[in-house]
Amino acid sequence: MFKTKFIIAAVTAMVGLSTVSAQAAEAGATIERQSWSFAGIFGTYDEHQLQRGFQVFREVCASCHGANLLAFRNLSEPGGPGFSEEQVKALAAEYEVVDETAEGGRRPGIPADRWPAPFANDQEARDANGGSLPPDFSVLAKARGVVDPFPTWVFNYFTGYQEGGADYIHALLNGYHEEVPETAPEGFELAEGKYYNDYFPGHAIGMAPPLAEGSVTYVPGEDGVEVPLTVEQYSRDVSAFMMWMAEPHLVSRKQTGFVVLLFLVLFAGLMYATKRKLWAGIEH
Amino acid sequence: MATQAEHSSTNRRDFLFVATGAVGAVGAAAVVWPLINQLNPDASTLALASIEFDVAAIPEGQSVTITWRGLPVFVRHRTAAEIEEARAVPLSELKDPQTDAERTKEGHEQWLVMIANCTHLGCIPVGESGDFDGWFCPCHGSHYDSAGRIRRGPAPTNLVVPPYEFVSDTLIQIG
Amino acid sequence: MSEHSTYTPGNAVEKWLDDRLPIIRFSKEHLMDFPTPKNLNYWWTFGAILVMCLGIQIVTGIILAMHYTPNIAMAFDSVEHIRRDVNGGRIIQAVHAVGASMFFVALYIHMFRGLYYGSYKAPREIIWILGVLIFILTVATAFMGYILPWGQMSFWGATVISNIFSAIPVVGENIKQLVLGGFAVGNPTLNRFFSLHYLLPFVIAAIVGLHIWALHVPGNNNPIGVEVKESRDTVAFHPYYTMKDLFAMVVFMIPFAWFVFFAPDILGHPDNYIMANSQVTPAHIVPEWYLLPFYTILRAIDFNVLFIDSKLGGVIAMGGALVMLLVVPWLDTSKVRSGTFRPMFKWFYWLFAINFVALTYLGAQPAEGIYTVLAKVCTAYYFIYFLVVLPVLSRIETPKPLPTSISESVLGKAHA
Repeated sequence: MFKTKFIIAAVTAMVGLSTVSAQAAEAGATIERQSWSFAGIFGTYDEHQLQRGFQVFREVCASCHGANLLAFRNLSEPGGPGFSEEQVKALAAEYEVVDETAEGGRRPGIPADRWPAPFANDQEARDANGGSLPPDFSVLAKARGVVDPFPTWVFNYFTGYQEGGADYIHALLNGYHEEVPETAPEGFELAEGKYYNDYFPGHAIGMAPPLAEGSVTYVPGEDGVEVPLTVEQYSRDVSAFMMWMAEPHLVSRKQTGFVVLLFLVLFAGLMYATKRKLWAGIEH
Repeated sequence: MATQAEHSSTNRRDFLFVATGAVGAVGAAAVVWPLINQLNPDASTLALASIEFDVAAIPEGQSVTITWRGLPVFVRHRTAAEIEEARAVPLSELKDPQTDAERTKEGHEQWLVMIANCTHLGCIPVGESGDFDGWFCPCHGSHYDSAGRIRRGPAPTNLVVPPYEFVSDTLIQIG
Repeated sequence: MSEHSTYTPGNAVEKWLDDRLPIIRFSKEHLMDFPTPKNLNYWWTFGAILVMCLGIQIVTGIILAMHYTPNIAMAFDSVEHIRRDVNGGRIIQAVHAVGASMFFVALYIHMFRGLYYGSYKAPREIIWILGVLIFILTVATAFMGYILPWGQMSFWGATVISNIFSAIPVVGENIKQLVLGGFAVGNPTLNRFFSLHYLLPFVIAAIVGLHIWALHVPGNNNPIGVEVKESRDTVAFHPYYTMKDLFAMVVFMIPFAWFVFFAPDILGHPDNYIMANSQVTPAHIVPEWYLLPFYTILRAIDFNVLFIDSKLGGVIAMGGALVMLLVVPWLDTSKVRSGTFRPMFKWFYWLFAINFVALTYLGAQPAEGIYTVLAKVCTAYYFIYFLVVLPVLSRIETPKPLPTSISESVLGKAHA
């Protein structure tokens, strides 16, 4: 039957595909998969992690990186870091936003305002950063990804792997070396003003290692859980925060999805039974 | 006459069809609702549904126009004379009878907060003009008094006072 | 086939309507009573699935257009505004984006069904041609739609493909500027692509109407390719196929919903979350997966042929790959319709299917090394299948014996 031939052909194709050299991350080192609370069908954000991540973003990253799609009010909306409305109001008021109708063209922020840009324009951002433009963080966790070899990328469709951006960012923040390591590609020379990074494409990143042990003193969370003040912890927390910034509706999306899929499977079962009942009398 | 067996198989079959139809209808409704709800004001619009404004900066006898829900809003720091004048008007003289107290907040009578659209056809009246020491709408000649009440002209009702509260001595929250 | 109209108006209002616009009569004849072969398998449900997909894209598209801004300064942010602020926006946007991919899944299955069962053969050539036209218009619609989010892939994909026009000798550069509205992809391009992206689906819907009209002249093909001979070969479309199609649609919604709710970005490219930048080219410019086979064919021609340079050669090959589909009914002249009874054809067909998957895969690889060799091989087979294999098989193949009728084959199955 053609079924056998098809299976033989398909297996041949798969073997063929897997022997073809895999499209590994050209960044060189393989990006390790982390376990994230927001991964998988039942993924959710950890509020405390998001609050810690926000603190890292605010104290370390926001001096150079913008988040122009983040509104202060998002920080108190459901499915996010879960700050209270009063906290958000106070936080917004600490920042000045551009408002041409205000006196002097600037005024204190309100929750409805977006996160203010650290630089007036791209050129000023470059001038302050040795010619490199620090990318905006709003959707950065979705603008980066991991390229998996065959057959992993096929499995990804079934596991719903969407955390490649977070994995990349986490890897990058932990991928710095004091000096160019042995694992560097042959003949690699580090340009002036750049830093070696295992995972940044081309290995020469313009950003100095932004995190150091103890550089952020976390505000204790209500759950009283203590976390280590390490680069590993900071990078994990800020990656999670960036994922939330990119996908603020992740939790409600997955929760709705579970109900929808359950409904569809149930409804498909009913429809199948209906179809069978209708066709019972017909020879086909 | 249908036999017992025929009855029960018909019933089972009908129940299946009814159940499938009902589940399908629930699914259809669950799909249709978000398609309609997307027309409702989105989160960024709702975020500005309520605003706060500090009235302390307005000197006596001055007005400021701010924006709330896309509408212009007058915030006036009335003088004692304006308040007296407003209180002295008998209700019988008003097309839309309202006392001055009904249009202000207790303890904050010097503050008048009104949507700056003439209730006739929506033009923005000019402050400190007209024959009643209040506002005058140049479009069709409506005169409002020092409490924003219609005194003469085609406008049917007083300038609308939006829902607002004093959340502190000088901070009002509109909406 | 209007003899099948058995409709009698039930009341005075119905009769009044029937005398003026016989829409109920028409619906009953074509959507309910229409005699349909009773042996159709599930590959036949993809036509209805495609109608559902078109409906979903139009509805979600109209809603997205209520919130989208087609200006290069605001497009990217407006799409994010939809995802973040619009009620249900994340889901509506995901349905539209995933829906485009699901549309092509169904399209390719529907087309491959046609190729296997000989649905393009006489007297159904026009149905097939209209179908190819629908496919080409859908490709154009999807291509224009992908620009709208104004990400890096949107911009650079458009740049690469619009350069196709400049390959045309003499007038190519002028045509390219006409299409783009400028010297490069920019705001005029975005605006007109938005307008056309909104327009084309309705043109597609009209051609789908013609496609189904043309189908209802001879009636459906069926898995054994033997035409309907008697009424017991068929069943009424309603409720047998309405319910079967609805069941298939619900099953189709399961992977659709899986992607929408759990992996909405997996079919896309992370680079499209970077705003378009005309000064920075992404490391790898990749079209959406459903355009990859034709992209491979375009890139495979990297050599000059006589006076035709490789760029023009690639354009001709890619265009030829699409346009050639129109003449398949005249390339395959075998008297036997269904692949079921064509033992040699089956091998070449499945090889063609695997080749098509390979063409898809190769389109996403860099144009280097072994990939370029494979791309040439697979492109060659694509053309060889249509231009050589099908005509030759028509002459030399000995088909298996056909059943005399659908009813006979169905009875045969029941006893087997």
